[in-house]
Amino acid sequence: MFTKFTRLTLIGLVRLLVGAHPRWVGAAPSLTQSIYFTNHTSHLDTLALWVALPAKIRAKTRPVAAKDYWGHGKIKRFIALKVLNAVLIEREVSRHSDPLAPLLAALAAGDSLIIFPEGTRKAQVEPSDFKGGLYHLAEAFPQVQLVPVYLDTLHRSMPKGSHLPVPLICTVRFGAALALQANEHKKAFLTRARAAILSLI
Amino acid sequence: MLSHLTNMLETLDSTHKFYGLIGAVAALLLIASIVSWVLKRGLLAKSNPSEKSAKVINNLISRVNAWWVMVAILVVAFLAGKLGTIILFGFISYFALREFMTLTPTRSGDHRTLSLAFFLLIPLHYYLIYTDWYGLFSILIPVYAFLLMPSISVLAQDTEHFLERAAKIQWGVMIAIYCISHAPALLLLPITNFEGQNTLLLFYFLLIVQLSDVLQYVFGNLFGKTKIAPVVSPNKTLEGLIGGGLSTILVGASLWWITPFTPLQSAGMAAVIVTMGFLGGLVMSAIKRSLGAKDWGNMIEGHGGMLDRMDSVSFAAPIFFHLVRYYFTP
Repeated sequence: MFTKFTRLTLIGLVRLLVGAHPRWVGAAPSLTQSIYFTNHTSHLDTLALWVALPAKIRAKTRPVAAKDYWGHGKIKRFIALKVLNAVLIEREVSRHSDPLAPLLAALAAGDSLIIFPEGTRKAQVEPSDFKGGLYHLAEAFPQVQLVPVYLDTLHRSMPKGSHLPVPLICTVRFGAALALQANEHKKAFLTRARAAILSLI
Repeated sequence: MLSHLTNMLETLDSTHKFYGLIGAVAALLLIASIVSWVLKRGLLAKSNPSEKSAKVINNLISRVNAWWVMVAILVVAFLAGKLGTIILFGFISYFALREFMTLTPTRSGDHRTLSLAFFLLIPLHYYLIYTDWYGLFSILIPVYAFLLMPSISVLAQDTEHFLERAAKIQWGVMIAIYCISHAPALLLLPITNFEGQNTLLLFYFLLIVQLSDVLQYVFGNLFGKTKIAPVVSPNKTLEGLIGGGLSTILVGASLWWITPFTPLQSAGMAAVIVTMGFLGGLVMSAIKRSLGAKDWGNMIEGHGGMLDRMDSVSFAAPIFFHLVRYYFTP
């Protein structure tokens, strides 16, 4: 009850602040299990994409968040784990464990994911080069569709280091899904995935 | 007979006038809903309906539906009193400024200035209306914000397009906050022999300004031939302006009993509102185009964004406010 109330309040606040209007450019929204991958420019990215999804799809889509930030503190943990139903991952790569393990487990359970293949935030219009995570997920789960998403104004709304946001209307553009092709090399695939986001700008 | 009617209207108390107006607006909307519904049925009955008329009729239906929602929100705010009305217009300014700044190319050096414009300037400016502080209300943005906003931006030491950025931010703040706020500012005017009825005057202003837009659209669609400014605003026609403008002035004159004006004065005020509203539509359309957009946003189904609906208000409100203040307050 309280979780649901917090969730609705959060959705209302995000809409009030940045709109987060969806535009399905490449395909209609579908309940097919998906990995939504998007450019990472601000703290608002996860929320904007999550709010832009239709409620039914949102209910089975889990954002990926950094454990060292979202895993500490009662409120942050409550929002990450209960309200957003996020998958927490380690940012520091350690020798003992695979950082992608929690994501693979979520995909195996049938959930959809929101990920940022660049890794870090950069307040710029075009995304930087992608890290390998997206490729490994696509390789392990070839049946999951990969949906490119572009978030357009958030780098101006809340650039790194700013404390107060600027309310600007963010349009969340969803492109046509792509899939890893047979024998496609990691680098070629990541370039193609990044180009899919660039084509939405 | 007529003098009997006019006497009766004039002696109604403001509550009755208010509900009478709401009833009249609801009746108008009901007619509009029925007409658009009949048009849609007629279109569906045709064997090969043209795509263009289907588009016009669907847009008409969305517009009328959006009007029901807008009128409902406005009435709730009016019933909530002065505070409710001011909060509503505060949000209108917020959404209008959000649309303006989304299309304006600002840089990271403007970040703090913009945050403060949204979260400090809007509440402060509307608070001044709430406390009837006319003196500071009239200079807060043209003087203090004008000087302090670029002063905050300059601290970021980014000189790239500095003048353009400062000018565009100032323009957005003037239109979205300062100009639009002159509509609810009508509530702070101590109008002679009109105590406690200022909400009616605000209602009158909004009704005239929006009716002018609607009637120009209707006359333009029915009889429009001569385009006035095809490059800036292809939908504005001379026939629409004259037909819509004159009928709005007529309605304005017949509504004198909810205002402090005589019928003739009321017609004159309506003429000023029609003219300024028309110019506002043109100028804001040119600005929109120079920023590379067709609509300010998509917040209001069928209408576009908040600024597409408030463009005429932003130009008409300050002039109407000052005419009332000059001629009808002590």
